[in-house]
Amino acid sequence: MKHISFFTVGIFFGIVMTKSEAISWFRIQEMFRFESFHMYGIIGTAVVLGAIAIWIMKKVQMKTLRGATVDYTPMKFNIKRHLLAGTIFGLGWAITGCCPGPMYILIGNGYFIIALVMLGAILGTYVYGRVMDKLPH
Amino acid sequence: MELIGNSNSFVDFVSQPWHWAVSGAAIALVLALLTWMGRSFGVSMTFKDMCSIAGAGKKTPFFRMDLKDEYWRIAFVVGGLVGGIISVLFLKSPEPVAISHSTIDYLATIGINYPEADAKGMGFVPTSLFNFSSIKGILLALGGGFLIGFGARYGDGCTSGHAISGLAHLQLPSLITVIGFFIGGLLMTNLLFPWLLSL
Repeated sequence: MKHISFFTVGIFFGIVMTKSEAISWFRIQEMFRFESFHMYGIIGTAVVLGAIAIWIMKKVQMKTLRGATVDYTPMKFNIKRHLLAGTIFGLGWAITGCCPGPMYILIGNGYFIIALVMLGAILGTYVYGRVMDKLPH
Repeated sequence: MELIGNSNSFVDFVSQPWHWAVSGAAIALVLALLTWMGRSFGVSMTFKDMCSIAGAGKKTPFFRMDLKDEYWRIAFVVGGLVGGIISVLFLKSPEPVAISHSTIDYLATIGINYPEADAKGMGFVPTSLFNFSSIKGILLALGGGFLIGFGARYGDGCTSGHAISGLAHLQLPSLITVIGFFIGGLLMTNLLFPWLLSL
C-alpha cells in the first residue's frame, strides 16, 4: 500500500502514452522514416519541460519526499559502450515498435502478443548479466 | 460511455487522440512527480527485477539486488498496465491512429497493412504480422525484445531513463545513448526490417 502513489502515477503514464499514440508501432515506423513530427514533438516537449522542472527543483534545493535533494549520479563516460548499447536497443525498438514502458501499456490495451516481446526483453537482460564481463564498459 | 453518466462530454474530450504538446507536457509531469517522490524515471530495470525474482542471482552476482528498493518501480509499471486497460475500456479514440499517408503507402509495399479495419482506437500494433499464429511475427517479437532487454541493460537505461530523464538532467552519456537508439532504429527501419520481412 506504501507504493499506491507510484501505482497512481503509473496509471496516469499509461493513459498519457496511449492517448498520445506513443505506444503505436506505426508511430515508431513513422518516426524512424522522418514522415511525421508527432513523436519528435512529444519527446522534445517532454525533455524541454522536464529539464526546466529539474532545473527549478535543483535551484530551490527542493527536498524530495525521501528527504534528499534532487541529484543525478552520472554514468562513467564511455562512448563505445553508449553507442553500442544504444544501437542494439534501437534495432529492437524499431522491430517491435515499443520500448519497455509501452510494453506494459500495450498488454493493458489487450495486445497480448507484446508479452512475447517482454519475454524476449527479460531473456536479453539475463544474457547481458551473463556476458557483461566480456563487453567494453 | 453510459457508465460514466453525465460526464460524457469530458470523457469524449479526453478520448480524442492528444496533441503532441499535451502529451509531452504530461510525460514531463510524470518525470517531475517521480523526481519529487525521490525516484528516477526508468522502466527497463523491471526486467532485471524479474530476473532477480526468478532466482537469477543464485548464479550471477549482477542479479543480486535488494528488491525492496524496486517495489515502487514495479507498482509504477503495473499502474501503466492498468492505465492501458482504462484507456481501452473507457477512453478509446473515435478514430484509428492517424499515421501519415506516406508511411501507410510505404508499409503496403513491404506487405504490412494499416489496420484501419480494426476500427475505433486501434492501429497500435500491426496484428497481421505480430500474432500468435505467425512464426515470423513470434520470432521478430522475441528477437526484437531480446535486443531491447540486452541493449537497455548494457546501456543502463531505456527511452524513459535516457531519452527523457537523462536528457532532462543534461547528461552527455544519455545523449550519446539516444544517438545510438537512432542509429539502430534508422538502420532497422530503413534497411534491415524490409529485408527481414522478405525472408
